[in-house]
Amino acid sequence: MRRSVSIAGLAAALVLGTLGFGTGQKSYVASAQEKMSMMEVKIDNFTFGPATLTVPVGTTVTWINKDDIPHTVVSTDDPKAFKSKVLDTEEKFSFTFSKAGTYPYFCSIHPKMTGKVVVQ
Amino acid sequence: MSEKKKDELLHDHNRDGVDRRGFLKCMAWAGTGAFCVMKGGVLNSYSLSRISEISTAEMMGELSFVQISDSHMGFNKPANPDVAGTLKAAVDKINGLTAAPEFMLHTGDISHLSKPEEFDTVDQILKSAKPKDVFYVPGEHDVLNDDGKQFLERYGKGSKGGGWYSFDKKGVHFVGLVNVMNLKAGGLGTLGREQLEWLEDDVKHLKHSTPIVVFAHIPLWSVYPEWGWGTEDSAQALAYLKKFGSVTVLNGHIHQTMQKVEGNVTFHTAASTAFPQPAPGKADSPGPMKVPAEQLKGVLGITDVNYVQGQHALAVVDSTLA
Repeated sequence: MRRSVSIAGLAAALVLGTLGFGTGQKSYVASAQEKMSMMEVKIDNFTFGPATLTVPVGTTVTWINKDDIPHTVVSTDDPKAFKSKVLDTEEKFSFTFSKAGTYPYFCSIHPKMTGKVVVQ
Repeated sequence: MSEKKKDELLHDHNRDGVDRRGFLKCMAWAGTGAFCVMKGGVLNSYSLSRISEISTAEMMGELSFVQISDSHMGFNKPANPDVAGTLKAAVDKINGLTAAPEFMLHTGDISHLSKPEEFDTVDQILKSAKPKDVFYVPGEHDVLNDDGKQFLERYGKGSKGGGWYSFDKKGVHFVGLVNVMNLKAGGLGTLGREQLEWLEDDVKHLKHSTPIVVFAHIPLWSVYPEWGWGTEDSAQALAYLKKFGSVTVLNGHIHQTMQKVEGNVTFHTAASTAFPQPAPGKADSPGPMKVPAEQLKGVLGITDVNYVQGQHALAVVDSTLA
């Protein structure tokens, strides 16, 4: 099981490498196979992971709070593109990005927590 | 006052000789509140955990009150599965004081998720406290989802704007400020222009000799901006208070006791009645600190008090104000 996971990870890395996308530590670009399942941002240890998520137009992104403390996901733009209710532990918020652009957001309870979704 | 004194952090985790285990233990004694007494126009604040060490004479003054903070009612994670129990324990401590405090200040995060039943529970528990008046300011956990509407309905009668207000008790001017609304991405706590203008006007007519006590949830001094532990425009607020000889600032939010003296201003943060948080920069994030259950339950215990006594020069400010 462990081996197959690592092989899949390697394959994904190879795909990304071949396509020439930059994958910095804090950014993440979805590969074709992962589009269906991986559009998730984990809120853990007072950080959004990945802090920058790049997705194709039409993608639904889901944030899930893994912390013991509640957080929110609020667009920084004016007017706000999206705004979650407060998310307690394990609660989720989803938003579908129908237009290309860069969408910065933050946690309105802990404003030092910031992230962005790049929609291409 | 010497230059060194000016920016002194009275609770210095770095030079206290406490190892990590000892540190966790020392944090575990958090969880009560602070007994504040005004004496000769200067406020002294004593942790209720250590109140047995304080003589009756020290507890007497012109005015005394209790500060409690961060009850986080509704929190039920391993760091403290019984926040109602620890709040009740704090109330018991308050009721056991020989010098009865006149009122209580709650410096915010009354609730964990702004749920009506969480506020109801806190109200119910605090009803059993001997001091009947409680003055509140909101924490960010009290204004979730509704921009503080519920908080204002419950606790904001007679307050201005987003819930700020002032009152006088025995010659001391108290100011409750709100710095948890309209927080900006990447930023710290915020007071905002409207509130600052109100504050300037509120203190303008007061004599310079009037002792001032300001209370707000997020610290009004930069405890650790990396974790958001500070307030963007607090310098402006403090500038309006420069002319006063005695200014005390009481905050919560960081779930640990810290004190600092800067010029005419003494800053205090109160412990949480719910769960401890790590010292600034001592963990990856400011999340709740899990301590072994027996230690958490011992937050009010004598053992921990003795331990703390042996390790820290904490909880008592030898005020340097003239």
